[in-house]
Amino acid sequence: MRYAMALDIKKCVGCADCVVACQTENNVPIGFARDWVIENGKGVYPELFLHFESQRCNHCDNTPCVRACPTGASHVIDGGIVKVTHNECIGCGACIEACPYEARYFHPDGYVDKCTFCDHRVSKGDNPACVSVCPTSCMYFGDLDDANSPVSKILRERQFYVLAPEAGTKPQVYFVK
Amino acid sequence: MKEQLMVSGREISNLYPHVDVWGFGIPLYLFIGGLAAGILLFATYYFIKGKADEMPVTVKVSTIIPPIIIAIGLAFLVGDLHHKAYFWQLMMHFRLESPMSWGAWVLTVVFVISIFWPLSYMDDLIVFFEQNNKKWLAKQFKKVQKLINKLPVIPWFIKFTQRNRKPIAYVTFFLSIVLGIYTGILLSAMNARPLWNSSLLGPLFLVSGVSTGAAAIMWMSNNEAEKKLFSRIDIGLIIIELTFILLLFLGFVWGPEAQVRSAEMFLGGEFTAVFWGIFVGMGLFLPAILELFELKGYHIPIAIPAFLILLGGLIFRVIMVDAGQISTYLY
Ligand code: SF4
Ligand code: SF4
Repeated sequence: MRYAMALDIKKCVGCADCVVACQTENNVPIGFARDWVIENGKGVYPELFLHFESQRCNHCDNTPCVRACPTGASHVIDGGIVKVTHNECIGCGACIEACPYEARYFHPDGYVDKCTFCDHRVSKGDNPACVSVCPTSCMYFGDLDDANSPVSKILRERQFYVLAPEAGTKPQVYFVK
Repeated sequence: MKEQLMVSGREISNLYPHVDVWGFGIPLYLFIGGLAAGILLFATYYFIKGKADEMPVTVKVSTIIPPIIIAIGLAFLVGDLHHKAYFWQLMMHFRLESPMSWGAWVLTVVFVISIFWPLSYMDDLIVFFEQNNKKWLAKQFKKVQKLINKLPVIPWFIKFTQRNRKPIAYVTFFLSIVLGIYTGILLSAMNARPLWNSSLLGPLFLVSGVSTGAAAIMWMSNNEAEKKLFSRIDIGLIIIELTFILLLFLGFVWGPEAQVRSAEMFLGGEFTAVFWGIFVGMGLFLPAILELFELKGYHIPIAIPAFLILLGGLIFRVIMVDAGQISTYLY
């Protein structure tokens, strides 16, 4: 099993509903976020192009954050989801430095927190909170090993890219263009 | 033209616009690790060569410093943790993959050895201070000695150290090299930061740490021959350090775009003046030149080059940690 996510940048309107859904679902403290939206502008007036990217932890296949962690608090669970055990984390920040995507943050309580792909929902067969609220349905989630999952289907049909592939982390959040 | 804007979510001050989770604590910790490694490296090396009585400052007196500064370094490391109450988790795990983990273990072992090494020379130290008109220090050390002899177990460990100095010296020599390299590898293991992601960082930090150790010993020494020896060693180390720095930047400039961009911070960017002017100029070139003059017979107070090298070593680490956190693959 290998969970992955795909986001259609042609459909995303940058409403940030995914950010709010995550904050509500996962009790993320005010002023912090596990996912965020970036606006990419390109070109010179009047030939301007714009697209949005909803970004989060890429649940990489090759995880520098897990390697850097001195206690094993950062670890990979079934399906390739990268998680942090809060009461094993000493808050050293090594994993934050090791992540090329700046996907981790210090929770005000001290430990490191990050996107979990909503493993508590996914294990019951639901979609992550961000995916389920998206008003334009631009997000696809599922198991890459299952050829019929929504994410496998869209990656088969469309062109896609990942963020900073040159960092060598094999990210598992795809952007379809 | 290309532009990226944050629309929503991650305006977290220590993440955006760039990571800034390691402040002054980590560079200071790396500096202390390097300095302690340098001092212990020379102390054990000259002990192994049988120079304990010829070079008392190197082998005995200077080793008072490592345990004190390592304690300070560990305090800063713990102080920098965000989840302090769980510090003990670090000591419950050993992970070879994580330099933060094995480095903390190496530092702990070195810390324990470094406490007993000077304690095992207590009598010699007191005699040394008395001979060199440091009556006050001699008195304090006598008090400490009395106190320690009353404690349980500790005197046994001191005797053990005295009896097994040779094997302990070999182990410590090896561990201090590991410790010196670790201070660089801690950064270079982070492949998310293009500026740190170079295998040269380990040897560079080792050489820099050893040169700060040589500077500290030189500063403390009361004997001309010893001072001259360490001046010479320091000049050699500075030349090696400059070579490594040159190679490091060549590697970046010829590397992938992210590394070219990170090197540009030092080649015209915001770190150009502090790095080349203050660290390379005043922390490497100037002390090397002063030491050359000293060796030629001009009288230069040894404290000046020694202080410059030590300060340069600290500034180097502050710059590397700061600039590394700015360098990124994204955007
Ligand atoms: S995106 Fe960052 S935190 Fe997430 S798995 Fe990859 S390296 Fe780790
Ligand atoms: S901050 Fe926590 S999760 Fe991150 S590396 Fe340190 S101990 Fe591991």
